This record gives sequence, C-alpha cells and structure tokens, in this order.
Amino acid sequence: MSRVQIAFQDNDESRYIVAAIEQDNTTAVVHYEPAMIRVENEGSLIINRDTVSEQIGMEWDVQSLHINLITLTGHIDEDDDYFKIMWNN
Amino acid sequence: MSPKKLNLKDKYKLLTRDLDWEFSYEDRKEAFPYEEFEGIKITDWDKWEDPFRLTMESYWKYQAEKEKKLYAIYDAFAQNNGQTNVTDARYVNAIKLFLTGVSPGEHAAHLGFAFTGRQMGGIGARVAAQMQSIDELRHIQTQIHAMSHYNKFFDGFDEFNHMHDRLWYLSVPKSFFEDARTAGPFEFMIAIGFSFEYVLTNLLFVPFMSGAAYNGDMATVTFGFSAQSDEARHMTLGLEIIKFLLEQHEDNLPIVQKWLDKWLWRGYRLLTLVAMMMDYMLPQKVMSWQEAWELYFEDAAGALFKDLERYGIKMPDYTDTIKQEKEHLSHQAWWIFYQYTHAAAFHTWTPTAEEMDWLSEKYPDTFDKYYRPRWELAAEMEAKGERFYTTGLPQLCQTCQIPMAFTEMSDPTQVSYRESIYNDERFHFCSDPCKSIFDNEPEKYVNAWLPVHQILQGNCGGGGLDKVMEYYHLDDGVANLEFEGSPDAERWKEWKGVA
Amino acid sequence: MTIRALRDDYHGEFKDSLEKFGGAQLVYLGWDKHQMFCSSRAFPLPPEMRFQELLDNVMPEAFGQHPEFTQIDWNKAQWILDNSAFQPDHSKSLTELDIGHKSLLRLVTPELTGYKGAGI
Repeated sequence: MSRVQIAFQDNDESRYIVAAIEQDNTTAVVHYEPAMIRVENEGSLIINRDTVSEQIGMEWDVQSLHINLITLTGHIDEDDDYFKIMWNN
Repeated sequence: MSPKKLNLKDKYKLLTRDLDWEFSYEDRKEAFPYEEFEGIKITDWDKWEDPFRLTMESYWKYQAEKEKKLYAIYDAFAQNNGQTNVTDARYVNAIKLFLTGVSPGEHAAHLGFAFTGRQMGGIGARVAAQMQSIDELRHIQTQIHAMSHYNKFFDGFDEFNHMHDRLWYLSVPKSFFEDARTAGPFEFMIAIGFSFEYVLTNLLFVPFMSGAAYNGDMATVTFGFSAQSDEARHMTLGLEIIKFLLEQHEDNLPIVQKWLDKWLWRGYRLLTLVAMMMDYMLPQKVMSWQEAWELYFEDAAGALFKDLERYGIKMPDYTDTIKQEKEHLSHQAWWIFYQYTHAAAFHTWTPTAEEMDWLSEKYPDTFDKYYRPRWELAAEMEAKGERFYTTGLPQLCQTCQIPMAFTEMSDPTQVSYRESIYNDERFHFCSDPCKSIFDNEPEKYVNAWLPVHQILQGNCGGGGLDKVMEYYHLDDGVANLEFEGSPDAERWKEWKGVA
Repeated sequence: MTIRALRDDYHGEFKDSLEKFGGAQLVYLGWDKHQMFCSSRAFPLPPEMRFQELLDNVMPEAFGQHPEFTQIDWNKAQWILDNSAFQPDHSKSLTELDIGHKSLLRLVTPELTGYKGAGI
C-alpha cells in the first residue's frame, strides 16, 4: 500500500487537527519540520469533524481545513463531517 | 420550523453545477471552439467530480481569511526590520531568483487558467479552473508585496518584470509557460494542472519554503505556505482532470500519455533552478535536493502512478535518467550561474568549507569526485584575484533553453549532446526527452526565442555585453557579479557591525 | 504531424535561420571533458573563415581561460563535427570543410584530463 501524506502550517489550530488525526489514525506518523507539520499514513487518512471539534473545544468546520493546509497526496473524499485522503493501491 | 441547512454535496450542486445553462439557440461548438482540435473526446461532462466541494461563496470566505493572516505577517516582518534577521545576505539571492524566475510564472498560470476556465465545456471544470486563475493572480500579487520589502534594502528586485522578457536564464520559465499557454485547453490542464501542480510544485513550495523559515525569512515562508494551501486544491483539480479524460474515452489515453511524458520532463528541467536554490543558496540547509526529490517525487508520484496504472498510464521511460541526475543536477546548475553571474540579476559565490562538507555528506557518490574540484579551481582563481567569469555565450537547448551543461549519466564528465535536423536546419538538445519533444512538434519549437541567438542577431540592444546589460536594465557592479564585495554584502556588514 | 494546431496550415517561424545573422553563421564550440566551461559556446563566424583562423582567433576566446589551454598540441588535437569524427585541413574555410550553420564542433584532447584530472 502506498503512503498518503498531508501537511499543515505549524500553528495553534493545526496542532489540534494533528492531535485529532493521531487519535483517529493510530498508525499515522507525524513529522515536525521547520514551520510545518507533515503527517503520513499507509493507504488512507481521515480527519473527523467531531474529533477535531472536541480537541479544539469549539465547533470546527471541515472546510476551514483550507486555511492551514500546505499540501496533500491521494484522492479526496470530503463531506460535512469528515475529510479523507486515500490511494487505491 | 427554520429551513434545514443544506449539506455540503447539495450546496455544491446548487452553487456550482446549477450555474450552467443549455444552449437552445446557439451552436454549442461555437461557444467552445477549442474543445476538439487536440483530439480529446468528451462524452459526458456531468461525470466530472470535484473532490473539494468548494463553492464560490466559501472560496471567498476562506481566501479572505488567508489574506488577512498573510498581510498581518508582512506588516510585522516590515515593522521589525525582518530583512536583518535572515541567516545571511547570500540567502536573499534565492528570493531574487524566485521573484524574477517563479513569480511571473504565477501570472502566466493565471492567464492560462482563465483561458481553460472559459474554454472547457463542463461547468464543474470551468468553475474549478476559474478559482485557480484567481488564486494564481493572488500568488503573484502576494509575492510582489512580500518582496517589495526586500527591494528597499537589496539589489536585483526592482526590474523583475522588465527582465522576465529579456534575461537569458529567465527564458527558461517564460518559454515553459508559453509552451503550455499556446497549447489547447486540455494539454494546458495536463501540463500545468496535473504535471506541474500535482507532481512538481510540492518540490518548489514545501521544502524550499520550509528552508525560508529555517533561514529566518518569515515573509517568504508565509506567502509560500499560503500559496501552497491553494496548491492543495490545484493538485486535486489536476488529478481529477487526468482521471476524467481517461475515463471519458479510450482514445484519450495515448494523447494524455504523450502530454505526461512531455510535461513531466519540461517541469523537471524547470526545477533545476530549485535544485540549486536548495543545495547552494540556502545558508542554513533543510534537506538536499536529492532528499526532496525522493520524498516528493519518487515516493508521492510513485504512489500516484501506481493508481493511474489501471487506466493504462505508465511512468515516463526517462524516469531512470531523472533518478540518476538527482545527484548531479544542483551542482551543474550552480556552476552555470557561478560563471555567468556577470549577466545575472543575483550574486553567486563558492560554497564555504562547511557547505562543501555538507554537500559531500549528502552526495557521497558524486560531490567529491565530480564537483568539489570545480569549486577548488574557482577558489584558487579567486585567491589569485581572478574570480572566474567565463567568456562567450553558452549554447542552449532548443527545447528547455538551459545551457548545454547536463552530462551523460553513463559518463558524468561528458556533456550530453543530441541533435535533430528539420527542414535542413540543425537543432540541438540537452537530452533525449528534450529532443523527442521537439521531434513531435518541430513547427512549434523552431519558433523558440533563444536568448543567445537573439543577442547574436543583434536584437538585444545590439553590440557588446554592455549594450546587452542596458537592454536587460542590469547595472554592472550592482545586482550582478560575485557576492563578496557586492553592495548587498557591504550593506549587510554595516548592519551587522562587521568590518 | 509537425504540430497540433487550431489551423492545419500553421507553420512556425524559423527564428534562427542563417539569413538572420547578418552574413555570419553560427558555430558551437565545445571542449570535451573540460567542464570548467559549463557548456559549449555559440560564435557567429564568417563562413569563409579558415580553420587556422578559427584556431588562432576564436579558440583562445572560447577556452583560453583554462589552465591547460596553452598545453594543447593543435597538430594532435582530435575533432568531432556534428557527432562524427573530423579531420580538418587547417587551410580550408568553414564552408569548404562542411562546418555549416549551427554546426557543433568539439575539441578532444585525450592527453589533457582537465583540472586535477577530473575532467574539469
């Protein structure tokens, strides 16, 4: 299986998004690089609205992901309550 | 009871797909005159799936938020004299190259996506391309704004727009984008939307921008990452266009494969500039070009191509050459600029002893054997007061327009020469892929505006190098030549209180 | 197909054809395995120029900066013209020697191995 990856600007909002990713994707590997946080996982990676909202302590809109997103790989599946990236191989 | 809030999918459908209309009294073909000549067959635009279900309304909302954050940082950077906090004044030369070489490409992409955003027949694709067109305009604007602060303190920024159409090395990015923009809408989408945005821009914006942060340049890292957040959306558009074309009709496969073979190579050659920026121009290094290439191309694009195999798409057959070149590219590129820096709008220098050790460590198979001696020769000449500026004008590749400096991977000390004869005229290329791109469409590339030939025809100010410099708006002894002893270096010493 | 264009009768302009160089022709000069010079160079030369004049007047401008330049034995030098071995008669002109517009002429000096023997 190929690895997917997603990267965020290293800031206060992203920290909670990354915490939520770690909670929901137990095999995800987090790399802290200058000014950015890069997360990798085998095959797919999911970001759940409810987990991020809980982490951040307020209601979080999935589309606000765009503000701190730097890059990603894989196909995207986006809905009101989750954002998922995956490879089909 | 208040009306139920629309969910994301319904909202996207109403605010994007529903904006289209049927052609009841006009001929659809006349409305989209560029849709067929490339040979691409579209049977049903409704099959277009936009992965990011972003509507115009949310687009403005999030973009406005990004801009506010970005400009707050610019203000802080300027108010705190951020230019004095970069690791070293040499660093700023990478940013000069960025403004002159990369930013105008954002503008070219803006124009290109405006074209495809008008010419593609499907509404989903049109809306996505229009958003990208606006993004690209935002990118060049934010980049100019960020650099305008550096322009107050360093040479080489002020004439970027004038230089873009004239300077020899800037014809490399300029001709790249003009090649894409003079193609049809689908080739443009594969060229810029897929090959460049999806496969290659990560290499430009992610490790290099991380490097900017590492070198104390908060303005650049911020516009870089802010632009890259748009880029994530562009990448998904690129991936969608290729899947869509391949699913629409089997006849599209050979056309798309040919475009991929062409544009991955064109884009890779363009990134030569980034390779040397990373390995030679960042005083504080984040990762080597080779490491970045492995992470962002071999790993990420490898997974992508595995996914595209189901459609019959193959990795281009020159991938092995690229794999070998990653250990040579940055060294060969910096050597070009080092010796032609008298005609460039930025300074160059020999790497320091520590930098050379870093390069040896990162490139154990190539640096000491092939490239360290070049810098020893340069240092030797410099010590004698004969800093090496080469004479004459370089032979250029007809396709990528880079000086013929790349070597055979089977013998890295031998320059790689390829040629074709078309209509009784001889044309020269740096590599097999550049030759085959020409051979596929010679009528396009005979038109190439090769800076060296234009100078020799007398079209660049006429006369000698001094006239060419005037034509470039390049003041000798200011923005060009060796970094040591330059006005930039002197000012830096003054700020830092170094004698 | 020589281009995929909107119009089938489209033709590109040959930007670098011979008549655009004011009576000169372009010749590219390279020195194999001497990468001090990052690439071969382009020179506009009169087609009637004798090969000996090229050696005397153009070669020093092209490669004179190299520490090995003065050691070149021009009588032993080997040449590659447009990818084929070439033995020039020094008294003949470029035209007589079939050194054409945009020809690539490479100098090969196997006994000179470049700075520090590294092909530089």
